[in-house]
Amino acid sequence: MTPDARGRADPGPSPAAASRTLPAAAAGIAAEMAGFQREMLRFAVLQLRDQASAEDAVQEAMLAALQGADRFAERAKLKTWVFSILRNKIVDIIRRRVREPSYQAPETEIDDADFDPLFSANGHWHSDSRPADWGDPEKSFENQRFWAIFDGCLNRLPAATARVFMMREMLGLETDEICTELSMSSNNCWVVLHRARMGLRMCLDQQWFNAGKQTR
Amino acid sequence: MMNCREAVKLMSEEMDHDLSGGRRWSLRLHLLICLGCRNYRRQLSFLRQACRHEVAVDDTPPPLPPPN
Repeated sequence: MTPDARGRADPGPSPAAASRTLPAAAAGIAAEMAGFQREMLRFAVLQLRDQASAEDAVQEAMLAALQGADRFAERAKLKTWVFSILRNKIVDIIRRRVREPSYQAPETEIDDADFDPLFSANGHWHSDSRPADWGDPEKSFENQRFWAIFDGCLNRLPAATARVFMMREMLGLETDEICTELSMSSNNCWVVLHRARMGLRMCLDQQWFNAGKQTR
Repeated sequence: MMNCREAVKLMSEEMDHDLSGGRRWSLRLHLLICLGCRNYRRQLSFLRQACRHEVAVDDTPPPLPPPN
């Protein structure tokens, strides 16, 4: 990480300050964005694992949204639109990081042998690790504690593995694009995604779905 | 016959690209007889849904092809 990439010397004008000099449409958008700014920040921190870069990305996304305010008519989709700008900003930051010398390739982080305890010698689930029914898991979406655990489980994945997973599932990139960005082979990309899913599933299983019926 | 360890790998792969006919067929056979892996497959689909939920996106394409 170079000082440039996370430099915080000039955070730029806040969207609220910018709105004072912008037309009414932009002022309205600024006010509305303030309503989900925390959500954006949480999302960016999750992706970047770094508060300062996350704040930069959110600021930049909000300013870009204000600058494009006159092109944006459909207010109902404002949040979707601003999040798509934020996703692009995050991808840009990841792109820069990949080129830094400290970048660690994700292939080495999890070893397939880590999953040995789950399976018997013939490759079938051990009875105590066989995935059990999660019931109606979508119900958990309404529960704030679920999201705290979900984020916690994502944060427990090794950093580079989590990055590949989130590029795929949260930034919505195709594996081809991820391979190109991270200079990985398709096969390595799939292997890393598989390990990430195994790890995340296991963590949620232990911490939430099987952590005791009372937590459902 | 495919074992669970191979099946979980293929179930992840099918979320990222189309499996070849032979591998898809072996996976389907395995899923017919393996409840643990059927649960696993639903849980992978749930993980994807949860991630989409986090992004606050309401107009992304459907996350998974319909189950075989």
